[in-house]
Amino acid sequence: MTMIEQEILQSTLCYHCGEESYTEAYSIDQKNFCCAGCKAVYTILSGSQLGNYYTYNIHPGSKLADKKKHFEYLNEPGIIRDLIDYQDENSSWIRFYIPSIHCSSCLWLLENLNKLHKGVLYTRVDFLKKQVRIQFDQNLLSIKDLVELLCSIGYEPLISFQDVVKTGNTDKKDRLVLKIALAGFCFGNVMLLSFPEYFGMGKEYHSYKIFFGFLNILLSLPVAFYCGQDYFLSAWRSLKNWTLHLDLPLALGILVLFLRTLYEILSQTGSGFADTLCGLVFFLLIGKWVQNKTYHHISFERDYRSFFPVAVLVLEKNLERPVALSDLKVGDRMLIRNQEIIPADAILLKGNARIDFSFVTGESIPVTKLPGEVVYAGGRQTTEAIELEIIKPVAQGYLTSLWNQEVFHNQGPEKEKTFSETLSRYFIWALFSLALVTLFIWLPINSNQAWLSFTAVLIIACPCALALSTPFTMAAALSIFDRNHLFIKNMASIEKMAGLDTLVLDKTGTLSLGNEMEVQTSLILSERQKTLIYSACINSLHPLSRMIQEYLGRRKRIPSDSFHEIPGSGYEAWVDGDLIRIGSKKLILGRYAQAESGTRVHVQINDQYLGYFSFSSKYREGLANLKSLSKDINLHLISGDQDLEKEFLKPYFPNPNALHFNISPREKMNFIGELQKKGHRVMMIGDGLNDSGALKQADLGIAITDNINNFSPGCDAILEGESFKKIPQFLQFSRDTVQIIQYSFLISLCYNLVGLGFAVVGKVSPLFAAILMPLSTLTIISFTTLATHFAAKNRHLL
Amino acid sequence: MSILFFLIGCSVLMGLVFLLAFLWAHKTGQNEDLHTPGMRILLDDEIKVDPPE
Repeated sequence: MTMIEQEILQSTLCYHCGEESYTEAYSIDQKNFCCAGCKAVYTILSGSQLGNYYTYNIHPGSKLADKKKHFEYLNEPGIIRDLIDYQDENSSWIRFYIPSIHCSSCLWLLENLNKLHKGVLYTRVDFLKKQVRIQFDQNLLSIKDLVELLCSIGYEPLISFQDVVKTGNTDKKDRLVLKIALAGFCFGNVMLLSFPEYFGMGKEYHSYKIFFGFLNILLSLPVAFYCGQDYFLSAWRSLKNWTLHLDLPLALGILVLFLRTLYEILSQTGSGFADTLCGLVFFLLIGKWVQNKTYHHISFERDYRSFFPVAVLVLEKNLERPVALSDLKVGDRMLIRNQEIIPADAILLKGNARIDFSFVTGESIPVTKLPGEVVYAGGRQTTEAIELEIIKPVAQGYLTSLWNQEVFHNQGPEKEKTFSETLSRYFIWALFSLALVTLFIWLPINSNQAWLSFTAVLIIACPCALALSTPFTMAAALSIFDRNHLFIKNMASIEKMAGLDTLVLDKTGTLSLGNEMEVQTSLILSERQKTLIYSACINSLHPLSRMIQEYLGRRKRIPSDSFHEIPGSGYEAWVDGDLIRIGSKKLILGRYAQAESGTRVHVQINDQYLGYFSFSSKYREGLANLKSLSKDINLHLISGDQDLEKEFLKPYFPNPNALHFNISPREKMNFIGELQKKGHRVMMIGDGLNDSGALKQADLGIAITDNINNFSPGCDAILEGESFKKIPQFLQFSRDTVQIIQYSFLISLCYNLVGLGFAVVGKVSPLFAAILMPLSTLTIISFTTLATHFAAKNRHLL
Repeated sequence: MSILFFLIGCSVLMGLVFLLAFLWAHKTGQNEDLHTPGMRILLDDEIKVDPPE
């Protein structure tokens, strides 16, 4: 492509957001914009010497929502109190989660917010968490104005009580880092102090030996009893519940190492195992740290609250008042404006409701409701303001009552034992019996040697490598999944994935794309007709109009002389002297038209009926890959929709009874439960709030999303839409991972056996232990990492 | 050779100083966000915007 062509192409894109701009109506300073919103942001920024925003990156902005949002509720003291972190006389601290933060321009602009308003004192962005911390003077700038300021430049914060206040367990993690630092420090020093002894010290250095010994005891004290504290606590718990956890031999190993070090140094019979002890704890803690990997920008624990508004307007005696969701009562009259979400099941009283249920069902074409009809919570109103009367409390609606179900409250049935848990049971029994046998065989011969051998067995068999193989393999596997855009909540989920035998899929938004459809038509249109239809469609924001527009291709638009929209049916437009009517069959062909199957849009120009465009779901790339799964996995489809596309989907599901349509959210959850009762281990892939119950109920719930910053329901893993085609590879790779763990167990057992051989006969020197322990650990770490990468390459995931 | 006692004491103390420095840095939140400062340093305030012709 030549430079000039590139420039021309550039210039048709919106200078702010980079989207195609179809019109030149929004040009300013020789720059094209796609909509009034983008142009407005540019005007604000260039007027405040913030034009640099556009120099760090090309098209740094994001497209603004079409209509202004309302934030009156941010004037209510009761609501504000929960949002503000800290406040004194002339400044307040607040933290916002802003999903649209994505590049260095965003960072620069937000941190220069004080150039836009002097009430902003200080801003700091945390890029990965997409969080911004703002200090502002509440006397100059109210929270509401601050939020509106952010919105005006395209950075709308997501305000919900569940997401903003991210407390998390940072405290626990902080303490782990502290322990690792301390253990690392002691490990390094103890190793240096132990070296002279290993290389042999003559009699003349006796005083040094005692000095080093005492320093070693001093340094290993905090390691054993502060850094290793968790192992003792966990071992105690495991003894009390009689569950035989792997932490039990670990704690015993730490204790024996310390006591024997103490004994040898005090009695001057040896140099002790201080460095083995410190190394052991250090490596174990690192394993723990690896295990606690967290995703900063992804939340797996969302429920409807993080997606519903914080407050809605309630009409009382013709006065509007913002009311927090928790204070809504049955009988309240809500006012829901354009782009607001209906938070409770309600009856429509006034206005034209055209409601987009895409968050709930994945279906993006709005549903029309007439006054008197019941509207379920979770839909987003897309046209004018409507009035509704609440008929059910927020938490007990058709959708929200899902969260009152049992699955959301208890931890589910007794967790299945992971492979390592089962194995560690046997390991512990074998270890203890061996230690005792050694003790009783030696006792009659040489009581001193008996105790030495007994402790040596416990030291050598301390399953350090065993304890590390799972976290390191899983961490490597997680990063592979991560690279392929499957974000998994925790390590146990990978093991669950490996054991699956049933896969249940949702249709709309999961198998099919929610916001795109296949457009087909039998219409034979002249160029002029195409242009007329295109010009009429461009006036409407309805998703179907946009799709027709795209289908017809980009062309010169003729301005419409008049445009009249009939909500829920279609529209009429006068373009260039012709009347174009586009809409439902009822609108075009009269009220007696028969109902039709599927989504169709009919077209009439002047008095001539032309025909229709029909729309069918566009399926994700890789739907065919699912077939390769059917050898060892049962496939099911559960959809809340009509069975219009059953015939199309049939070939992909070998089991003739695998397709289920017209399923309610509650039934979806129960369906999974039934499968589990039959002994199946089920993975559910879904996308909307209506799948939440099923996702939670399933052994492994994966939410699929096309934009990782968008809302996704609570789940065990989040999959980006483009990686849908890799699902078979993911499943195979998870099985490989489990196999790698088993191999690494085998390797660490070999090390243990060799060591035990020496221990039983009482030939374990501190040097031997100090070499064996790190050697086995290093072997395991490198084996698991390499093997995981190799397996990933093998499955084409790298 | 008794200087070794002193030197080893010093080395352990030095190590302790570094350990405490790390803990202080961690406590004050310097490890909390390791990504953004790296981006921030690349942004200058003084990019010249070409005036529109």
